[in-house]
Amino acid sequence: MLTRLYYFFSSVKLAVVLLALGLILVFWGTLAQVKLGLYQAQDQFFRSWFIYANLPGTELRVPIFPGAYFVGGLLLINLFAAHLRYYRKGWKYFGIVLIHLGVVLLLAGQFATDVFSVESYMRIREGTAKNYSESNGRWELAIVDTTDADSDKVVAIPAALLKDGATLEEPELPFKVRVLEYHLNSMLATKAGDGFKLVEAENAVGVPIWWRSLPKETRMNFRDIPSVLVELVQPQGTTQKILLSGHLARPQTLTVAGRHLTLDLRPERYYKPFYLHLEDFRFDRYPGTEIAKNYSSRVRIIRPDTGEDREVTIRMNEPLRYEGKTFFQSNFDQEDEKGTVLQVVDNPSWLTPYFACVIVAFGMSWQFLVHLVRFATSRKKS
Amino acid sequence: MKRFLKILPWLFLALFLTEMFFVLKPKADGEMRTAEFGRFPALLEGRVQPLDSVARNSLLQIRSTGDLPLEMVPGWQFWRHPKKLRSTEWLLEVCFKPEVADTRNAFLIHHPDLISELKLGEKGIEKSGLRYYTYNDLRPLVEEIFTQASTASQIESAQRTPYQQQVIKLANAINIYQRLKNSIQPEGTTNFVQLLADYQATLPAGVAAMRAQRTGGEADREALDKFMAIAQKIETAANRSYPRIVPPPHPEQDRDAWSNVGASLLAAIRDQQIPPAVTFYARMAKAYVENDAAEFNSAVVGYKNWLAKDFSKEAGKGRAEFYFNRVKLFLHATIIYVFAFVLAGGALLTIGSWLAVSESLRRSAFYLIALAFVVHTAGLIFRMALEGRPPVTNLYSSAIFIGWGTCVLGLILERIYKVGLGSAMAGLAGFITLLIAHNLALGGDTMRMMQAVLDTNFWLATHVVVVTLGYSATFVAGVLAMAYVILGVFTPVLTARKDFNLGSALTKMVYAIICFATLFSFTGTVLGGIWADQSWGRFWGWDPKENGALLIVIWCALILHARWGGLVKERGLMNLAIFGNVITAWSWFGTNMLGIGLHAYGFMDSGFKWLMLFVGSQVALIVLGSLPLNMWKSFQSHEPPPTPPAAPDHKAAPASA
Repeated sequence: MLTRLYYFFSSVKLAVVLLALGLILVFWGTLAQVKLGLYQAQDQFFRSWFIYANLPGTELRVPIFPGAYFVGGLLLINLFAAHLRYYRKGWKYFGIVLIHLGVVLLLAGQFATDVFSVESYMRIREGTAKNYSESNGRWELAIVDTTDADSDKVVAIPAALLKDGATLEEPELPFKVRVLEYHLNSMLATKAGDGFKLVEAENAVGVPIWWRSLPKETRMNFRDIPSVLVELVQPQGTTQKILLSGHLARPQTLTVAGRHLTLDLRPERYYKPFYLHLEDFRFDRYPGTEIAKNYSSRVRIIRPDTGEDREVTIRMNEPLRYEGKTFFQSNFDQEDEKGTVLQVVDNPSWLTPYFACVIVAFGMSWQFLVHLVRFATSRKKS
Repeated sequence: MKRFLKILPWLFLALFLTEMFFVLKPKADGEMRTAEFGRFPALLEGRVQPLDSVARNSLLQIRSTGDLPLEMVPGWQFWRHPKKLRSTEWLLEVCFKPEVADTRNAFLIHHPDLISELKLGEKGIEKSGLRYYTYNDLRPLVEEIFTQASTASQIESAQRTPYQQQVIKLANAINIYQRLKNSIQPEGTTNFVQLLADYQATLPAGVAAMRAQRTGGEADREALDKFMAIAQKIETAANRSYPRIVPPPHPEQDRDAWSNVGASLLAAIRDQQIPPAVTFYARMAKAYVENDAAEFNSAVVGYKNWLAKDFSKEAGKGRAEFYFNRVKLFLHATIIYVFAFVLAGGALLTIGSWLAVSESLRRSAFYLIALAFVVHTAGLIFRMALEGRPPVTNLYSSAIFIGWGTCVLGLILERIYKVGLGSAMAGLAGFITLLIAHNLALGGDTMRMMQAVLDTNFWLATHVVVVTLGYSATFVAGVLAMAYVILGVFTPVLTARKDFNLGSALTKMVYAIICFATLFSFTGTVLGGIWADQSWGRFWGWDPKENGALLIVIWCALILHARWGGLVKERGLMNLAIFGNVITAWSWFGTNMLGIGLHAYGFMDSGFKWLMLFVGSQVALIVLGSLPLNMWKSFQSHEPPPTPPAAPDHKAAPASA
């Protein structure tokens, strides 16, 4: 039985079948992007073990095709097993070993990237500095205690915990937070409209607010903006309903038991031990056209703990690599071109494709030369 | 006979060399030196180009042709050269004799619904199923076309119907045409020299009156009216012109600050000085209207000499690109490829029956492919020099480069296996890719400036070139496999020679080329990932174009493993290689048709039909390739013993002399 399993997992046939499955998967996943958008298609096809579909006429989700993790994982097993089985000594086969080693590294590296890499964004206006980047899809409910003028105390609750009816308690907070209604993607309005509902909140906005929930966003350049209605329950029983939303420009301020607090539903923040100060953002165009020639941000890296203070320019195709993170020119403030958006990528396995590429290319060239030499000598003989 | 066969290849080569000599030889200008006019530099779409390119690319967008034929010759009468207006001559008419230009059939309208919606059916002329209209035909409809186009352009481009796309295209064509009319002189001017003189004469008094009026003083009404009448014309031209033809006033400070005629004349209000370029162009305009060749030529020479002082670089660029436009190297390479393909095909078909002729034809084809390669390479390098870029920058140039890559591989294969296969493959692939390139060029300028993300010569030179060579290789393997199936099923040649088995030679070739394709597609794809990592911070984003490249890599790996695992033999390998054509075509074109993703630089609205036709043809070939062996002509005769009725077919071929 074991030998049969071993033969199955190490067979070239399995490799061919897996490659064919991969082919179909990639093609299907590409077509699906037209409807689902890039991110959702990625999750369904390329970051999954199986692709699911509804059983016709029911709500039952059944797996209908292996996902990329499944195919990739089996391919990895197959690669190792086949090498154990077919490994032959000699320089003639050295290239083959290298090629497969490179492919293993590439697959493993991409899996690690999927799991470990964190992408976030830094929006900085000219003349200002920031020491944190913001997530593009993850939100948090941040409650900041500003009583002490010198240092803020922050309690951040991930939006994933904001489930309707949930009660959240934190020892640092003078109240419990009860979630009344949470919408993953939402829209706010200052008048009643189709599908809109009046929010029964005691915000200090001054005008009544209507809201409605929206379906999850699939378009490439759009994102979900959540809103939540929470009830703050103080120990003595007084309650206060507050609307928090990614649409609201300013945090809500409160005074509870002599403490000054601000509440905000905002993108999750990743703090850094340094500041980036935007000196200048430039958008160069080709003369007489609107065609972009280059985008660049001149920033100062200011690091209080080491006293580092220097200027760098981040432009298209020339990112800044600093502190294990990479800062890319990603976007800018379209209205006045006086603010930049940097993409911040923290990917510990970013070097693997570089190595993999070198190893595979070397292995392939090796094999190519071996064949060429053999071919040339055989032709000479005949 | 033998001697004739020996010199035949050289005769073919000499014939085409002579043709190329006459193509490349600089041509004499007409009585009026319009070609010299076409060489003058202008700034458009962010780059300096000759007026001829401005005219050509405008005409391509308006009419989908580079020149304007003046008489209609049916397409099948290919030996008749219809009289035509060269692009520059057309531009001269549009700018200086608009009343004549308005009667030319310059506007192509594609969509039958659009033609009937605009009630244009009766008007215009028809050629090969396409209808062309004059500006006079369209004049009463301009308002309506613009309204419809602005409605249609509010819809996202991927969602537009063909009708909406065509309305937008037509509106764009009309817009370009109207703006061209204002590009060298304000539209409707009959004597630009006089207009300039009047402008200069009324300028000081007019400006003084304007100032006086603004400060509430006593304004000279008459001087002001006279001046304003001219200034308004100029202002319209400033707002409605297309290329910027006036060189920067201070080239030592800013070489990019080109301006259009109207704007530079408005600037004269401040500087009290008319730019010399405008004066020269005014003389040309007046002379052209009056058909005064001597004066036109004198103004042209005057401007040429003036440019030589500070703008020799731009003038040189104009001359070079003008020459490039005129010699049409890729067109001539295409013609040679077709001839070579026919000769190589002849060589293959006679290989078993008429060896001497076969060898003579093979040699002819090989020489011609070599010549086509030289012409193709020259065109490629010329383009790179003009653009200052690596060979592949957009879909158009990728077609040219894929053709070039297949030609290199074909020459190598032909050197190794001297049977005509390499030449036939190179001829066919070269012809088809250049034809595709020709059709892609119908959209307008093919040397546009690169968007910021793509503006990096290093990655364009590595990732793009390597990936494109990978495309070339998979197509080469696919075409060779097609040859195997077609020759095998319909002719006996695969096994016709006793000493040399063409079938197994083809198998070796396809296998080797697939290995080569794997190397290039993999390296190219990973290099692309590394570029993405450098520019966007992710190695792999499952973007359609990336996935397309990945598909090719997976497919090549699949073919190789299927072969090694013994899952496929000769014919299986061929069928897989043919399907490789489908995958490569998808990766090259199909992904751009989705209209999504970061690589959607070459979004194509048409072409889907052609892709489907191509896929259909390849599937048909695979079906053919899957026929049982006893239906293959090449393998029938080897079945012992041959059945009598099957035999005469190929025994009937003439015995070699």
